[in-house]
Amino acid sequence: MTLVEAVNDGLNTAMHEDDRVVVLGEDVGVNGGVFRATDGLYDAYGEERVIDTPLAEAGIIGTAMGMALYGLRPVPEIQFLDFIYPGFDQIVNEVAKIRYRSGGQYTAPMVIRTPYGGGIRGGHYHSQSSEAYFAHTPGLKIVIPSTPTDTKGLLLASIQDEDPVMFLEPKRVYRAVKEDVEEGYYETEIGEARIAREGDDVTVIAYGAMLHVALQAAQTAEEEGVSVEVIDMRTLVPFDKDTLEASVKKTGRAVLVQEAPRTGGFMGEISAFLHERLILNLEAPIQRVTGLDTPFPYTLEEEYLPTPTRVLDAVDEVLSY
Amino acid sequence: MATLEPPKTIMNDDGQPNGEVPDLSQDALLDMYEAMVTTRLLNERGMKLQRQGRIHFYVGSMGQEASHVGFGAALKETDWYFPHYRDTGVAVLRGASIEEMVHQCYGTAEDHIQGRQMPNHYSFKDINFYSISSPLSTQIPHAVGAAYAAQIKDDDVVTGVAFGDGSTSEGDFHVAMNFAGVWNTPTVFLCQNNQWAISVPTEKQTASESFAIKAKAYGFDGVRVDGNDVLALYQASREAVEKARNGGGPTLIEAVTYRMGPHSSSDDPDRYVPQEDLEAWSNRDPIDLFQAFLHEQNHLTESEDEALRERIKDEIQAGVESAENAEGPTIDSLVEDVYAQVPWHLREQADDLKRFYGERPDMDGGH
Repeated sequence: MTLVEAVNDGLNTAMHEDDRVVVLGEDVGVNGGVFRATDGLYDAYGEERVIDTPLAEAGIIGTAMGMALYGLRPVPEIQFLDFIYPGFDQIVNEVAKIRYRSGGQYTAPMVIRTPYGGGIRGGHYHSQSSEAYFAHTPGLKIVIPSTPTDTKGLLLASIQDEDPVMFLEPKRVYRAVKEDVEEGYYETEIGEARIAREGDDVTVIAYGAMLHVALQAAQTAEEEGVSVEVIDMRTLVPFDKDTLEASVKKTGRAVLVQEAPRTGGFMGEISAFLHERLILNLEAPIQRVTGLDTPFPYTLEEEYLPTPTRVLDAVDEVLSY
Repeated sequence: MATLEPPKTIMNDDGQPNGEVPDLSQDALLDMYEAMVTTRLLNERGMKLQRQGRIHFYVGSMGQEASHVGFGAALKETDWYFPHYRDTGVAVLRGASIEEMVHQCYGTAEDHIQGRQMPNHYSFKDINFYSISSPLSTQIPHAVGAAYAAQIKDDDVVTGVAFGDGSTSEGDFHVAMNFAGVWNTPTVFLCQNNQWAISVPTEKQTASESFAIKAKAYGFDGVRVDGNDVLALYQASREAVEKARNGGGPTLIEAVTYRMGPHSSSDDPDRYVPQEDLEAWSNRDPIDLFQAFLHEQNHLTESEDEALRERIKDEIQAGVESAENAEGPTIDSLVEDVYAQVPWHLREQADDLKRFYGERPDMDGGH
């Protein structure tokens, strides 16, 4: 099963198990979504629960919030993360704050699904990785899976979560990674990282599509005699401090990978966290491998995005410090 | 505009009916009147408390008491109301206590939103009065989404949502109206057109001949009603609510009124509101009109009115005294309700702040 098929399986499982779950967005109904993430749901659950909405992200998020207030479990799809900004105010000022500002009287548990990230020749507006905007907003949880198994388990856990979740799907690997995925209902816990590969010399931390870049780098490093531990964060907010701390304590060296622009990126937070807690355990300053502080490019996207070679370069740097 | 019909009215300037009076019991009429008077008196006291530095802000609805109370009265208790910040009367009508509203304005530990919002940003789930946001129009799509949910669950619930004339320029207004039209949701929209968005008059807000007419573009009806005539507002709202309840879809009601006070305690309307407008509109004060009507219909004597006002003032005074003596919220309350459970990073941040103030008991903040 591919990652996007795992999204579909997760949605289908959730809708089958829980009649509060509704899906809404642009082209999610009859067409099954432009990436086919909602394929078949319209036929299975009907137009009341699989809703082709007017073309307005603020309306998709805003009405989904109304549904959540009323007790449904909406799963709005934003076709590309790059298109989410008309709904940004609804997410940041409303969805994220309603529990707090009403003293817990009103809540808006919902899962905002959206494909994110580059590597598909999508230019400025089909490639962005703007998770940091949302990570900066208290009240939201941020989940980014990297494998089909985690995608389904995290999606199901997100739908049952009492808090709103931004569920960012790495579209570059929508069909690139295949796994056998467990049938039926299961949840993968939000807030837990996964050690994707064990190692001793250096820790590489990544999430989403960059996890696979990190794993390729680790494979090459091993051939060169360097043992790399790779951690898949899976949840950015709240992140798994214990797994990160334990790994970096063990290796003494860390490389952090994100495809988002560097300044204000989420890995800056992880770097600060590790330096604040583990400065005496560190053998070298932590390095970041990131996108550039530019709009996302078209022709030069391979140069813009972190690659296994760039990760290896940073691994060499922390090892030779 | 020459072609624009005058808004619907029931009462003339003396509060006498010049149209069919809606069928409302004496109790219902007096409840509406009490909600309007309470809103006015809370407004007067709230502005004074702000001037005295006892609370930090107040946003009132002086002159608009009829335009939202008439609307709120047409909804059932089980209907959901999505307010903005200029419709306190609906909270009163639905049963919010004066004491809890005063605690909210003071932001005490007894405020059930723990001092997390500015004054007047109430939230009363037990009476289906939704939480108020400062950014404009954001509640309108929520009302449409909730109505959609009620519709597919087959619940007998209509959603009512209120906002001002300035709010109709925001994207969320148009988005919500469009979704409501397409989905045919049981939603009634109330635009309290008080002629001003802080200092910007309606002619700089829209080139439409009215606000009501905007509904036409979204495929449903808009009606324009005298916002100072609580009976006219009630009548138009009841028709819209019944239509929504019976599957007839949404309606936009424009209540034509006038903001008789500042935008908020932070505003000085003398800079831009023409004095002659205030004088003209004060001849059609919504509470005076309704009082004259109730008096003429033998529902309320002058002494009963006097006693009502004294009782409300006493309740406000009791609320103020209670709030003045209340504790502030705790540091722990800062990190609660961000998420369903307090996550590790917020726990650490609160504990660190408590340690800081614990080591400095002479500083504020060590609640």
